[in-house]
Amino acid sequence: MATKVTSAVMRQGLRVLGVAIRTEKAVFSAAVLSSSLYGGMTVASAWALGWATENVVLPAFGQGDITAAALWTGVLLIVGTALLKAVGVAGRRILAGVLQYRMQARSRRDVTKQYLRLPLAWHHQHPTGQLLSNASADAEAAWAPLAPLPMAVGVVVMLFTAAVAMLITDPVLALVGFLIFPAIAVLNLVYQRKLSPLATHAQQLRAEVSEIAHESFDGALVVKTLGREDLETERFRRRAHELRDANIAVGRVRGLFDPMLEALPTLGVLIVLMVGAMRLSGGSINSGELVQVAYLFTLLSFPIRALGWVLAELPRSVVGWQRVQAVLEAKGSMEYGEAGLRGGAPAGLQVSGLSYAYGAAEVLHDVSFEVPAGRTVALVGPTGSGKSTLVQTLVRLVDPVKGEVLLDGVDLREIAYGGIPDMVALVPQQTFLFDDTVRGNITLGLEVSDEEVWAALRLAQADGFVAKLPSGLDTRVGERGTTLSGGQRQRVALARALVRRPRLLILDDATSSVDPQVEARILHGLRDALNVSEAESRPGEEGSTVVVVAYRLATISLADEVVYLDRGSVVDRGTHEELLERCPGYRNLVTAYEREEAERAAIAAEEEEVVA
Amino acid sequence: MSVVFQGAERSALATVRRGLSFTPEFRKGLVGTLVLAIVATIGKIIVPIAVQQTIDTGLKSGTPDLPYITRALVLCAAAVVITALCGYVMNVRLYKATESSLATLRVRGFRHVHDLSVLTQNSERRGALVSRVTNDIDQISNFMQWGGLMIIVACGQVLVATGLMFVYSWQLTLLVWICFIPLLVALPRFQRWLSSAYTTVRERTGDMLAAVSESVVGAAVIRAYGSERRTAERIDTAINANRSAQIRAQKIVGMVFPLTEIVAAVAIAGIVLLGVRLGVSGDISAGRLVAFLFLVTLFVSPLQIATEVLNEAQNAVAGWRRVLGVLDTPPDVADPGDEGVELPRGPISVAFEDVHFAYPDGAPVLHELSVAIPPRTRIAVVGETGSGKTTFAKLLTRLMDPVEGRVTVDGHDLRDVRFSSLRERIVMVPQDGFLFDGALADNIRFGKPSATDEEITTALTELGLADWLEGLPYGLATPVGQRGESLSAGERQLVALARAYLADPDLLLLDEATSAVDPATEVRLARALEGVTRGRTAISIAHRLSTAENADEVFVFDAGRLVQRGPHASLVAEPGVYADLHASWISSAHS
Repeated sequence: MATKVTSAVMRQGLRVLGVAIRTEKAVFSAAVLSSSLYGGMTVASAWALGWATENVVLPAFGQGDITAAALWTGVLLIVGTALLKAVGVAGRRILAGVLQYRMQARSRRDVTKQYLRLPLAWHHQHPTGQLLSNASADAEAAWAPLAPLPMAVGVVVMLFTAAVAMLITDPVLALVGFLIFPAIAVLNLVYQRKLSPLATHAQQLRAEVSEIAHESFDGALVVKTLGREDLETERFRRRAHELRDANIAVGRVRGLFDPMLEALPTLGVLIVLMVGAMRLSGGSINSGELVQVAYLFTLLSFPIRALGWVLAELPRSVVGWQRVQAVLEAKGSMEYGEAGLRGGAPAGLQVSGLSYAYGAAEVLHDVSFEVPAGRTVALVGPTGSGKSTLVQTLVRLVDPVKGEVLLDGVDLREIAYGGIPDMVALVPQQTFLFDDTVRGNITLGLEVSDEEVWAALRLAQADGFVAKLPSGLDTRVGERGTTLSGGQRQRVALARALVRRPRLLILDDATSSVDPQVEARILHGLRDALNVSEAESRPGEEGSTVVVVAYRLATISLADEVVYLDRGSVVDRGTHEELLERCPGYRNLVTAYEREEAERAAIAAEEEEVVA
Repeated sequence: MSVVFQGAERSALATVRRGLSFTPEFRKGLVGTLVLAIVATIGKIIVPIAVQQTIDTGLKSGTPDLPYITRALVLCAAAVVITALCGYVMNVRLYKATESSLATLRVRGFRHVHDLSVLTQNSERRGALVSRVTNDIDQISNFMQWGGLMIIVACGQVLVATGLMFVYSWQLTLLVWICFIPLLVALPRFQRWLSSAYTTVRERTGDMLAAVSESVVGAAVIRAYGSERRTAERIDTAINANRSAQIRAQKIVGMVFPLTEIVAAVAIAGIVLLGVRLGVSGDISAGRLVAFLFLVTLFVSPLQIATEVLNEAQNAVAGWRRVLGVLDTPPDVADPGDEGVELPRGPISVAFEDVHFAYPDGAPVLHELSVAIPPRTRIAVVGETGSGKTTFAKLLTRLMDPVEGRVTVDGHDLRDVRFSSLRERIVMVPQDGFLFDGALADNIRFGKPSATDEEITTALTELGLADWLEGLPYGLATPVGQRGESLSAGERQLVALARAYLADPDLLLLDEATSAVDPATEVRLARALEGVTRGRTAISIAHRLSTAENADEVFVFDAGRLVQRGPHASLVAEPGVYADLHASWISSAHS
């Protein structure tokens, strides 16, 4: 990670600033203009004070009298420059904010658009935490130097004006300025170079401390049930103490340089007074000019640090920008074809020679099966056999490495953008609800009547609890649906699929958190809905082709055919009875409970015999 | 409903006082640090004094008195160096004191969150609890290291400047104060504007982050339902609202900040106007008048940062109040500690005696439960969702305490048993197999920190999971991802079970711990557990009734009551809740 202000980082940092300047030309120009006004007026206010000293104060003391004209000119100059300076400061600050926040918002929009555009396979390769920080902390860091940037530009103007003003006043006093101000700038640069890596380190540790707390509190139940509070506290303490030490290291550098940066301009003023007194005795300057230069020194000592602030933010900015760019430049978008969809009839599904791998690990190998239109197929297999991955290829969340998935004979990759969601609905194993109303979560923008929403809820056995919610369909479910129980969330997700009357419905163990009794009612409802539509397929009310991932016989018994998967391959397929007959793995899996019971009964009988 | 915040409505001063009582490291040496800060502040008035001395004494006679000026300026320079040194020592002391004390507070807060009962923990959003030991503490430290210091420095600066002004001319001092008083009066109002603007920013930032996270966490659903555009609109709205709030706050800062410049200019103009008249009448010297112009600048920076500092002070007090809110929340399920009973190892017996439980402000969920579990028995607990079976498990593991009655293990009231002993002997495996980001082995080792890789492999083999382990790409080193999400739900449960098994408790309680595992594996696990739990007490809460069939005794819960108990064979024969549950189970699980 780039933590030092090397020249390479500087160059990159300036390029990043260049991007912002080009994007927000008008705002940046206005901000710089305001800041220049502020810079110019800062120097002018010192000059006004010097003028007043020389032409108002000293004559008054010298001659015991002063003309009203000179007096009021002085007052006007002082207040006038201050007003203009105030306008400059206000403009600079507000516009710097506009510049910074607009760029941040722009990056965030671009990054999230990219998240929505990139294929799911890309998401699988990137940890959630990293993607979230790309859109929040990194987008913020990338544009952080924009806040002090206009001020820094204004300071450059200020320094240039001050140099000219001092040169005009007295070249020898100007020389003192030319020594002191570069010294402040250099000291500040050294300061930021020393501080920046330490501050980055502390920032990193702060994030780690937060991660540990997050994870530990998320797993609070596990920590408690195993009594591992001491272990977790020790883990947290170690990092918290590293953070403490890092912060103290930052404090040492700050503590050293801050007083030095304050003392340096003060010493400068003292030198000015010394040299000025000598110049005064030689008659080269007057007292007013001496006051003006001394005052200028006190005014300039603080703003000059703004140059350092920009430099200090650059390394963080470069890192943030690079991370944001990595997302924006990510390749591998899904290509879509032109094929459209036909009719509302159940779709036929064909999978042939399909393989899929996460990196080097192949999780699906040469999978082939078909589901004729209107039929129901159960995907059955042990934990970790690749069922959920297979399901993802069926709705084209990921593309297979080899082989193809055909819907009504059309390769999924040939179908136009948006075509698959119009035809196919997936209810995934892990339910995800949006921070929206119940209705919004079910329709997801689809134009359907409330009656249809209620019908879908009824089929999902969710109408009862939704009706009892405080605002019914308009109840907000909270972030990720936290106000609902796991089983309720699953049923809302099921209704989301059913309301679409999909031509292909895919259920990936979609009722695992639902009570068995409720699950039974859902399955009966589904079976009736499917059978009715098969028997008397009225237009617009056709049923669906269904693929269901299941363990339980009740679910499997809905299916016309079973595909049995183990370790990523299709071991056998056929009706439930056929597989029970000839496929030992399948038999083993689905009859586990029955065999268990039978064996137990046998053992019990034996024991009784022995006793007898 | 937040249990944690109750009783935390203190005044700002009381909050700070109570907060400081938690951080002895901070109070130690505080006086020395304050003295150094005040000395460092005096450095600010050196320049005006030097200007005054140069003009009034050095330049009085028309030709500069160079030896005098040199002496005066060297003296001033020495003072500058000394005050800078004081500043350095003061800063280092301050950072050390604040960081050490806040690190202690952070760790205490963290520990306390874990000590709170499950009920209290669940009444807060997890993110909020995390903030208590991160952002809130950071806010306090920001304030102590910058805002709080600034208040001292700024007040010191204004007071020292006023003092010197008063020595030079009381009339002009009065004038300067009259100019600045309206600003001082208006400050709290500005701060309120700013504070409410920043509150809006924080809220919008929260909304924005939540919206952005949907694009990542909901990636699969968004694609499956083709709702990319709709989601993008929602996110853009949140991002833009956040941006607008930020700019609005910046506008307030931008408008308030330069006001001080204008007021200072008015004061300076007033000094010139009045000072000249005073000078003519001989009440003030030229040097002193010019020194005044420099002294006024000492008023500017304190007032410019005052709104920010006040705002930070408010945030720090609020942060402190929240941290104290956590620390002052008593762990209502408390560890008796060293005074508690240490249970000897060996088979465990349990008894519930007239136990009654209701959630705070909620309807009762468990009524008059009296039941005894002899050692070495295997119990299955069944019932519909909401029947009270999970409450039963939480009471037995003392995640909660009964409202009435008591739960005993080996004859001791659970409330009298040391946590260290209790957690060693009784372990529950919750349904949600939460894993920590790291290797598989580390997660299993969480059950027994001293376990070697061999012990872990042996444990997995004993549970019949050797095949599964072999199938994993990197074996024990397989990374499980954040919250274990690189594994499937069923695999997470396997790891959680192995973790509890390795802990080797005398009573193992499974709360639907294998609900996402395939039937063959589940049966294999159940059999393995049966072998290894022989001689221990084992309790399983299950929605698959196969577990019940193997138990010594079945507890049937319905609507918060234990309605039936007995072996499976006899329960299934009599009409009742169990027979109904069994019938629906048979129809779903049998061919």
